[in-house]
Amino acid sequence: MKRYTSTAIALHWLMAILIFGMLALGFYMQDLPLSPEKLQLYSWHKWAGVSVFLLVLVRLAWRLTHRPPDLPASMPKLLQFAAHAGHLALYALMLVIPLSGWLMSSAKGFQTVWFGVLPIPDLLDKNKELGDLLQTVHMSLNLLFAVVIAGHIGAALKHHFIDKDDILTRILPRHSKEN
Amino acid sequence: MKRIALAFALATALSAQAIEYSQVQADKSTVTFVYQQMGVSVDGHFKKFTSQLSFDPAKPTAGKAVFDVALASVDTGAPEGDEEVAGKQWFNTKAFPSARFVSSSVKSLGGNRYEVAGQLSIKGKTQDVVVPATFSAQGNTGVFEGSFTIRRADFSIGEGSWAKFDIVANDVRIKFRITAISK
Repeated sequence: MKRYTSTAIALHWLMAILIFGMLALGFYMQDLPLSPEKLQLYSWHKWAGVSVFLLVLVRLAWRLTHRPPDLPASMPKLLQFAAHAGHLALYALMLVIPLSGWLMSSAKGFQTVWFGVLPIPDLLDKNKELGDLLQTVHMSLNLLFAVVIAGHIGAALKHHFIDKDDILTRILPRHSKEN
Repeated sequence: MKRIALAFALATALSAQAIEYSQVQADKSTVTFVYQQMGVSVDGHFKKFTSQLSFDPAKPTAGKAVFDVALASVDTGAPEGDEEVAGKQWFNTKAFPSARFVSSSVKSLGGNRYEVAGQLSIKGKTQDVVVPATFSAQGNTGVFEGSFTIRRADFSIGEGSWAKFDIVANDVRIKFRITAISK
């Protein structure tokens, strides 16, 4: 079985955990009444968002220089196309969502300062209407992201349990027994 | 004719010497504030304030200023923020609708720099403050500009869960730009 590289596997699962955490935190914190805790959660969310964005860049660089294992030849062409399109959408959303959050913060007048230390420049001036619009954009992209992730997981499970191929296992961390 | 012209010139010269700026132009004046939120500088402003002032650069020590800032007109940049700071733990605008500054003395620091001492009252608490300001005039329009720092805890602004300074810092910088014309 041709597997993904250990680096690709590590990046995949690290980001999976971060992205699940960020989605949950994002949807949870927006409904909280204003409190010091809420402001703290927003700051943490923004710090994590910058971190995830940097990780995506690392991951993209790795992906572009390391060819992933091919899809099973038995897969219909249409499904192969759907798989590539799905992965492309995941990468695009991983890039665009942090950017939309950063721009939204700028437009709302709350600069992002990574870990409270490194100020990320504001590309946009404070503008209420634009801030509200970008909030809707950030939110909608995340809803779309959740749908695409659900499809990603569903497809992986279908490959594993119905098609019984190695699509899921080749991205799983190597089991110590197999070494 | 010559005499009239001379009298006119003299009158103009005299009035130029004792020009008093007292009509505040609300649409050309701003009161903003800046504070740190988890190390991030955040600013806001007040949309409504009234002021009575009289200032003659030739007699700065006679200058006087009274400001009333409508605290409910605060714009923090987020509607939920505006709502929160109007509430009991922050300004408590129902009981204390305005912040008031009353000058007690004006000192000239040389050039166009002045120092205005006075009392600032917010939320039932009064503190002495010293406000450095510059004044520049163009014709009959004068602009006062300056900033000073207050500690929000001195006025019980942000009580309860907000009383700690780890999220919202204690220091709040108040900046103003007041445009006034002479009568």
